[in-house]
Amino acid sequence: MTLIDVIFWFFAAVTLGSAAVVVFSRNIIYSAFALLFTFFGVAGFYVLLGADFIAITQLLIYVGGILVLLVFGVMLTNKVVSVDIKSGTLNAGVAMVVVSLTAGTIAGIFYATEWKTAPAEMLQPTTAGELGTMMMTSYLLPFEVASVVLLVALIGAAMVSRRDRSKQEAA
Amino acid sequence: MHITLTHYVIVSALLFSLGLFAVLSRRNAILVLMGIELILNSANINFIAFSRFGGSDMGGQAVAIFVIILAAAEAAVALAIVLNIYQRFHTVNVDDINKLRE
Repeated sequence: MTLIDVIFWFFAAVTLGSAAVVVFSRNIIYSAFALLFTFFGVAGFYVLLGADFIAITQLLIYVGGILVLLVFGVMLTNKVVSVDIKSGTLNAGVAMVVVSLTAGTIAGIFYATEWKTAPAEMLQPTTAGELGTMMMTSYLLPFEVASVVLLVALIGAAMVSRRDRSKQEAA
Repeated sequence: MHITLTHYVIVSALLFSLGLFAVLSRRNAILVLMGIELILNSANINFIAFSRFGGSDMGGQAVAIFVIILAAAEAAVALAIVLNIYQRFHTVNVDDINKLRE
């Protein structure tokens, strides 16, 4: 077992263990904080796979943005002092059967397939430069479309969450 | 046993299943959103693992960036909708929001 293997198993344990806490925890605050460790574990996988720029992006956007947004959502939609913060489940038995079947099928297919992998070659020291070149050449149209989507989504989100309050003020 | 592509994709399959369970069974709408984030992360692990083991092609990493961008947009819009639902119904339990059915 080499050092890389140990690191892989460590990140796998962190990611899957904290993801299980996210899913099965009764307290939504615990779920939000466990999600932090899941995102960190996934970022560790990206580093192991030689995708340094994606790992940094993951930390900046998921941990710094989406997670903070989710925690704000938890705080704004639950009465922290009451027992309302506990979150129940719906049809947990049926969902567990469906999910077990899905997991078994996907993992079985992945395990049984003979993947044709390219021989491991030397990793580049950094991928940011090549990714930047790709964004400006072969992925230029998706890049521009994504920026417009982001602009529209953020303006839309601001509109949706503001509208109610201005109506109340007018009334 | 050396770490191969199979290890990464099986971890991602398990992460996907956990996210699917959250989406299907949790009652709180914010936990459903967290499940969606888990599913998007598992898809991203797949993209980058295949990009690494398929001859270090950078296309997978480029797609992963777009996935992260769309996840950010999705989280912003979905939370705005959830906050609006909370203002109107004073709950974010997905089974209590059935006014359209009545």
